[in-house]
Amino acid sequence: MKLLKLVPADTNIKFLKLRVPFFILSIVLMIASWGLVFTQGLNYGVDFAGGQEVRLTFEERDEAPIPALRELVGGLGYGTPVVQEFGAANQVSIRVPLPEDVEATPGAATEIGNQVIATIAEEFPGARTDGNDTVSGKVAGEFREAALLALIAAMVAVALYIWIRFEWQFGVGALFALFHDVSLTLGLFALFQLEFSLQIIAAILSIIGYSLNDTIVVYDRIRENLKKFRKLPLPELLDLSINETLARTVMTSLTLLVALLPLLLFGPASLFGLVAAITAGLFIGTYSSVYLASPILIWLGVTSDSFVPPETEIEKQEKAARDRSRGVV
Amino acid sequence: MLDFPLWKKISLWAITLALAALALPSLISATGMVALDDLEEAPQVNLGLDLAGGSHLLLEGSEEFVAANRLDNLEENVRVAMRNAEPRIRISDISTADGSLSFLLDTPANIDRARSAIEPLIAGQGITAEWELSVIDTQRMVLSPTSAGLANALDTAMNGAVEVVRERIDQLGTREPTIIRQGDQRIVVQVPGLEDPEALKELLGETAVLEFKLVDKDALPTNVQAGIAPPGSEIYPFVDDSQFAGSSLAVERLGGIRGDNLTEANPGKDPQTNEDVVNIRFDSQGATKFAKLSTENVNERFAIILDGKILSAPVFNEPILGGSAQISGSFNPETAKKLAIQLNSGALPVELTVVEERTVGPDLGADSIRKGLIAMLIGSLAVITLMIATYGRFGVYATIALFFNVLILLGVMAGLNATLTLPGIAGFVLTVGAAVDANVLINERIREERKRGRKVLAAVETGYKEASRAIYDANITNFIAGALLFWFGSGPIRGFAIVLVIGLATTIFTALFLTRMWASSWVKSRPADINI
Repeated sequence: MKLLKLVPADTNIKFLKLRVPFFILSIVLMIASWGLVFTQGLNYGVDFAGGQEVRLTFEERDEAPIPALRELVGGLGYGTPVVQEFGAANQVSIRVPLPEDVEATPGAATEIGNQVIATIAEEFPGARTDGNDTVSGKVAGEFREAALLALIAAMVAVALYIWIRFEWQFGVGALFALFHDVSLTLGLFALFQLEFSLQIIAAILSIIGYSLNDTIVVYDRIRENLKKFRKLPLPELLDLSINETLARTVMTSLTLLVALLPLLLFGPASLFGLVAAITAGLFIGTYSSVYLASPILIWLGVTSDSFVPPETEIEKQEKAARDRSRGVV
Repeated sequence: MLDFPLWKKISLWAITLALAALALPSLISATGMVALDDLEEAPQVNLGLDLAGGSHLLLEGSEEFVAANRLDNLEENVRVAMRNAEPRIRISDISTADGSLSFLLDTPANIDRARSAIEPLIAGQGITAEWELSVIDTQRMVLSPTSAGLANALDTAMNGAVEVVRERIDQLGTREPTIIRQGDQRIVVQVPGLEDPEALKELLGETAVLEFKLVDKDALPTNVQAGIAPPGSEIYPFVDDSQFAGSSLAVERLGGIRGDNLTEANPGKDPQTNEDVVNIRFDSQGATKFAKLSTENVNERFAIILDGKILSAPVFNEPILGGSAQISGSFNPETAKKLAIQLNSGALPVELTVVEERTVGPDLGADSIRKGLIAMLIGSLAVITLMIATYGRFGVYATIALFFNVLILLGVMAGLNATLTLPGIAGFVLTVGAAVDANVLINERIREERKRGRKVLAAVETGYKEASRAIYDANITNFIAGALLFWFGSGPIRGFAIVLVIGLATTIFTALFLTRMWASSWVKSRPADINI
């Protein structure tokens, strides 16, 4: 049986030749992402914005009557509702901000939710209520804080691990690549104004994990080659390592992709955001493993001596004594 | 690396099959072919609320409520202590502003006696005091709450609240509620299958503190309506659905009794008026207090107060000695039943507010599971095709390992009684996609080693040895991210983290141990070449 080889056996792509343009591109994309996040803002779901969110499915329609719903719920007088498609064309989520004083009054928030549901049920009898969430402003604030903390902690923790297992340059390289991945994912969410919820934080945390898989495979090979080819210039050595592991990088990303695609296309609507974020992160992460994580090692000054244990004080003295006895001063 | 003695093979298979077997009850019940009752005993994966449908409530206890309650109790205790001192210590100008109790002694000479009378009231357990005592201007004593004392009181109140909440929900007759404390002042309540949490929230939204207090007959009605209470009295409004709604009464602050000493409460009808009422029965201590109050105040009016609002204000027509009483107050059958449940479960020691609420309809879950399963099947087939087409025999090993991986993952989750949530389904799919990564690394390395001219045995051996380093590193970093996700997340997200983290462990096991065992058996047959 002839086996499939997606990546030819001996590739010799000069990845590092284009390291400066790609690095600039990445930096530009990162700045653009943060620019979008700060100007456009993230479309916070009920988890992070607080308020009342009702999810509905219009079983008898192909498409949810979004403008009509916006007008209907807006007419209730609780401010402008956020009405958006949720996974499928006939599913919507409607978020209503809660008035300030509501949080002090128990039950008042649900009252609003019930009113929204009742009003819609009257106008559109075929609508099915799938869920109804109320998150107080205080809890939403705690979620935002915990989410930010978890993201930072995850990046720092894995970077520390890489530092311990490799060298500090590798830790910094991995951290930079991860920051790039997280930034671009956030940028995409700001650009397309997709709902940003707790699920998306879960997605980003798994992106951090999976993006690092590819980086580790390349780093592992770089370390091996650094010990093996002491005289090879670093750019060439990095290119060699990336090429040698290219088949792995492609295959591991591909298996994850073919597993995720059916979930993205046929999976439950409420998982769409999560799966879309991971899928996007998969591409961003694979790119950063090849084009960011490795070239950055050059600028951070990795040399073939990085993995040779440094001389101890005693060894230095012995060496100096040897040199002296040979008459070298 | 490839040395597998018989005992090792047997134990690997034993672990694999035992863990996979744990998954069977969950799988069988998912197909719905066997009645659930027969499987009741077997450990199963629980379905999260987002898949089973139901309500999730996050309740927050009010620290202010606990502090105020504690201050009231202290005031009462200090008064009693001063009255019981021999000779009696007179105090005046009692104030409870800013959360502290302050009062004036009749003479500075009494300061030491007052101090020793108060000491037992404010000493906490161990070295931390419940209250801090200070003396101003030689004869004013101020008792301020210590933060340790307050935290202690809140903790006790929250523990009590969990019990009361459980009691109330049980009486509602819902099935298998989960009620757990979270952090310092929160309680999570999850009730599967409950679609309309309104009744539940009403039941929990009230503390149900029942009080019987005498109406201050000297208060001027105009003052009362203006909200000005005579000294020693407080103004309470009537409940909203009372016929007297909108008006208020002045009641005497002290000397009433609280409804803590009830043995039972039942909804009922008044035989004469056919009005809905709640019949209550005091325990012996409560009965004595109530008998005393009613005997001393025959023909006086008293107020029945629930959570700071007057239900009704009848008159003691005669001394009530039997320990039973009837509460009326514009009830309908539902509200009477609700109050009876609340009184039976006791008053909540702390006011609870709903700070987060999530309700999921029942139709969504089944639909999600079906769609998730279909997606996972298609995804798995795609992964398997890719693996076998690329690595041949070693792809088949990876496939069988994947099959056991999913079973073991489900089995471990069942064994731990873990909860499968909607994002957890995505976790399963991710595990399928990432589990074969380990095999990709191993197989690519074997390919590479063969190309460099190593013999079959050496290539396979080196492949496993050299690849395991990166596999462990990758899985450990993933584990770090997963653990942080578990720490950060709640409910559905936690379900996702659980699947990911357990999936990492099962992946290491199946990819590094099982496939290595199979590869080793094959290599032992001394194949001339390896198609990889």
